[in-house]
Amino acid sequence: MSETQSTYNYKVVRQFAVMTVIWGIVGMLVGVIIAAQMVWPELNMGWLHFGRLRPLHTNAVIFAFGGCALFATSYYVVQRTCHTRIFSDGLAAFTFWGWQLVIVLAAITLPLGITQGKEYAELEWPIDILITVVWVAYAIVFFGTIAKRKVTHIYVANWFYGGYILAVALLHVVNSAAIPVSLTKSYSAYAGVQDAMVQWWYGHNAVGFFLTAGFLGMMYYFVPKQAGRPVYSYRLSVVHFWALIFTYMWAGPHHLHYTALPDWTQSVGMLFSLILLAPSWGGMINGVMTLSGAWHKLRDDPILKFLITSLSFYGMSTFEGPMMAIKTVNALSHYTDWTIGHVHSGALGWVAMISIGSIYYLLPRLFAKPEMFSVKLITVHFWVATIGVVLYIASMWIAGVMQGLMWRAVNADGTLTYSFVESVKASYPFWAIRFLGGCLFLSGMLIMAYNMVKTIAGGRAVDDALVLQPAANHA
Amino acid sequence: MSDFVNQFWNWYVILLVLVSIIACGVLLWTQSVTTPGKGDTTGHVWDENLEEYNNPLPKWWMWLFYITVIFSLVYCVLYPTLGSYQGVLGWSSDGQWAKEKAKADEQTKPLYDKYMKMDLKALAADKEGVETGKRLYLTYCMQCHGADARGSKGFPNLADNDWQWGGEPETIVETISNGRMGVMPPHAQLGAETIKDLANYVRSLSGLPADSVRVTKGQEAFNSVGCSGCHGPDAKGMHAVGAPNLTDKIWLYGSSEGTIIETITKGRTNQMPAWKEFLGEEKVHVLAAYVLSLGSGAGSQ
Repeated sequence: MSETQSTYNYKVVRQFAVMTVIWGIVGMLVGVIIAAQMVWPELNMGWLHFGRLRPLHTNAVIFAFGGCALFATSYYVVQRTCHTRIFSDGLAAFTFWGWQLVIVLAAITLPLGITQGKEYAELEWPIDILITVVWVAYAIVFFGTIAKRKVTHIYVANWFYGGYILAVALLHVVNSAAIPVSLTKSYSAYAGVQDAMVQWWYGHNAVGFFLTAGFLGMMYYFVPKQAGRPVYSYRLSVVHFWALIFTYMWAGPHHLHYTALPDWTQSVGMLFSLILLAPSWGGMINGVMTLSGAWHKLRDDPILKFLITSLSFYGMSTFEGPMMAIKTVNALSHYTDWTIGHVHSGALGWVAMISIGSIYYLLPRLFAKPEMFSVKLITVHFWVATIGVVLYIASMWIAGVMQGLMWRAVNADGTLTYSFVESVKASYPFWAIRFLGGCLFLSGMLIMAYNMVKTIAGGRAVDDALVLQPAANHA
Repeated sequence: MSDFVNQFWNWYVILLVLVSIIACGVLLWTQSVTTPGKGDTTGHVWDENLEEYNNPLPKWWMWLFYITVIFSLVYCVLYPTLGSYQGVLGWSSDGQWAKEKAKADEQTKPLYDKYMKMDLKALAADKEGVETGKRLYLTYCMQCHGADARGSKGFPNLADNDWQWGGEPETIVETISNGRMGVMPPHAQLGAETIKDLANYVRSLSGLPADSVRVTKGQEAFNSVGCSGCHGPDAKGMHAVGAPNLTDKIWLYGSSEGTIIETITKGRTNQMPAWKEFLGEEKVHVLAAYVLSLGSGAGSQ
């Protein structure tokens, strides 16, 4: 045991890191396919029509791509910053294989139409139970590692990872509560507007904890590491951490403005969404300001480019979100492609880019190489991905605002100026641009996969990285 | 407001919301009264070189945070946020809708008053009126009857001369206002042979190829098993019950022998929803005029 005690468990990190790239390609490919189906409706064939593939896309990019990135980085970060090997190798391996099984089951059941019909929580109850088991194992591994840390203070990245693991467990269990009628069919435990509220309490916190808090954990490790600079402000991290995790829990009702939800609930959702602006920006400031004194590194370090650009998109979409939560703005933006644009400025710009940067940081360290096979290709990936995101969100902004304005346009005789199908027709050029943006982003992932394969081919799996002694001055 | 079953939950919401908003401000305040020394690190080091400066909170960021907290507290006073408290401004989403609708109705009232005074046939010839009718049609009717009003399987063509329930102006108004429920009962009890005879007879009425022996037998059956009760002895249909004319080469569900056999065997149920309550008398009037303007109707049959 003394031998395993003295090294880090890189195996599970490696497995999750490689699968991040693979699931990223799969999930984004499905995204590109459904984007194409919007432009060429004749591509909707058999089981593989938009209605079946869309949940497959969202599940694959959020839980397969994003999930693997979170597992990989959290296992790496918690070991490195606690100066100890992971709590249980066996349980860690179980989370890897269990999570892959969840993903494969999702890829089978969703195209078959087996679904609970809850957005981002479509998977049926047996898979939900499997997720719960894997997640509990994950929590044990993570917090177990924290418990046996060799340093007194818990590094800020681990607060965010820990917050995300606890909150996602709570959200998943409450929202997925259902009464099974068969192995593949169940009914929600809630009814009517309560069901809608539980769904969006979950839905918005999936964004807040899975897609934000977890990735902020990533940011707090990889940005200062890659920049070689201390984090800008400990004080700021304390305030924005507590404010963020407290406030996110309230914001869900902004998904249900002008619905059967009571007015007061909608107002509460809107106000906490506005309050959320500053705590969100706290993370962006802490990340970007960490670079002060080292801005020149951005010029020739493409990994840092990914990390810092992701923070810019994070700042942008966390400004956009509170604005869209204002009832008056929401009256225009709701149900339009603006929402899709907003989600993707967060999902591609923030979540995917910070993950990509972090995985580029990890791969050489996991495979005993000084750097990736080609640093130049990382730069190419960065520009292809950035242009892809910009095309995607700009086209969806224009399409969304246009749709909102067309739907509300009224003639002097009180009739609608445009029938719905006219707004569909007018959206085609923008859907084509969105498809192009998606293709670019996906090509970036293919470049990454090539770079990864080449890096692995020239390297060896590192299983002998020695656990570092805590710094002497760490009181 | 009946959102709460009792006052406990009302106060629970009020207190929780207020305490939570204020707590955000208190958190910020307690963390900004003591200013950490600028440029110092906390002294902790993780993983070789991970350190943290302890810079004070950026001033502009603090103000941004305070402003959202203060805005929220003011909003709670003005708008419905604190449980069943309606807010000083008395705003509600229902109220906003009612106000917007009343305003829109007031603006368009003179126009619709003018349309209501016009006879349907006159309105059907009025360019402006027909344009309004067409826009209403494209919002409410095209989902079933199609953008060109030519219908599709199970949804009648409104641009031809054939009327299930009658094409007189007042009948069209009645159809749109109160809806229609068309029922062709299933006739499986007649047996496959007789049904096939009937199908051939029906096809022959529209001049389609049919087996002559079956046509003769089908004609007998048509009058003896009850078809003529609704479709009439001459098979020209009956508007009073919405029974289609079977001799006019116009088919609601299809003219193939197989489809006709299906129609007779399983029957057909068809519903046109009632629009009067939703749209109001005036808009139904304009829509009826639009249907008339499609070049048919006007009792031309």
